[in-house]
Amino acid sequence: MSGTFFAIAIVTIAGAIAAMSLRNPVHCALCLVIAFAGLAAAYLQLGAEFVGFAQILVYIGAVAILIVFAILLTRSSEVKSGKYFSGASWIGIAICIILFAAFARAIRSSDLLTGHSQPPRATVQEIGIQMFKGTRGNQTNYLLPLEVAGVLLTAAMLGAAVIALQENSPEREKHSDAQPTS
Amino acid sequence: MTPLQHYLLFSALLFSIGLAGALTRKSVILVLIGIELMLNAGNLNFIAFWRYGPNPDQMTGLIFVIFSIGIAAAEAAVGLALIISIYRHYKSANVDRIDSLKG
Repeated sequence: MSGTFFAIAIVTIAGAIAAMSLRNPVHCALCLVIAFAGLAAAYLQLGAEFVGFAQILVYIGAVAILIVFAILLTRSSEVKSGKYFSGASWIGIAICIILFAAFARAIRSSDLLTGHSQPPRATVQEIGIQMFKGTRGNQTNYLLPLEVAGVLLTAAMLGAAVIALQENSPEREKHSDAQPTS
Repeated sequence: MTPLQHYLLFSALLFSIGLAGALTRKSVILVLIGIELMLNAGNLNFIAFWRYGPNPDQMTGLIFVIFSIGIAAAEAAVGLALIISIYRHYKSANVDRIDSLKG
């Protein structure tokens, strides 16, 4: 178990560091895909198959592609010769190192559970039963939150389309007005 | 160290890397990538606590992560739409130059 965990962790961390430190944004987005894939492998190793595959579908399939499109649309893929870190970046990095040291100290000194040797069973069927019906021990179901999440996703997609379209339309009208006269 | 602590350290490191990127990068899109990494570190914590916690049959951690992934997808879509809109307005994706709310 340990060897696989360390392999997954090293690949994921390397992908994340590359995604945050490379110069070209397109390379950053592709390294982000590596980090997401490593996280999906970690979920699979923890016994959460459904979440692992949802991670692959949503993050690698949708979010990463969306980021690549945003990079292409904002033309930030053109590598500039100037600085690509903002002003006082060493303060940010120092804050993050201090934060990680605090986390690591808290985690190492805490008396956490040793856990089960066998991974718990969580098939898609059981997740569905838990989500829509609730089980014997836990009668709560998640029907209403699921509906709310669906409404939220619809509203977010419509809002994203409206926000991304807005400022373009007057200019385009001006263009189409100007072209016949010229 | 227990396996749970390994996973927590892994996720804390991922969170710190994401935060470092979000604090230091110039491009708005890379700031958003850093935020996505931090969200994923949180999701990993939920899954690890679900796996090694005392009561895995109730699947609360798992279901929380499913909702979290859905909401993160909505957040990414709206965030990238805002980035495209800001880029049209300022002709730049540099966070140091986007410093006024006035249109």
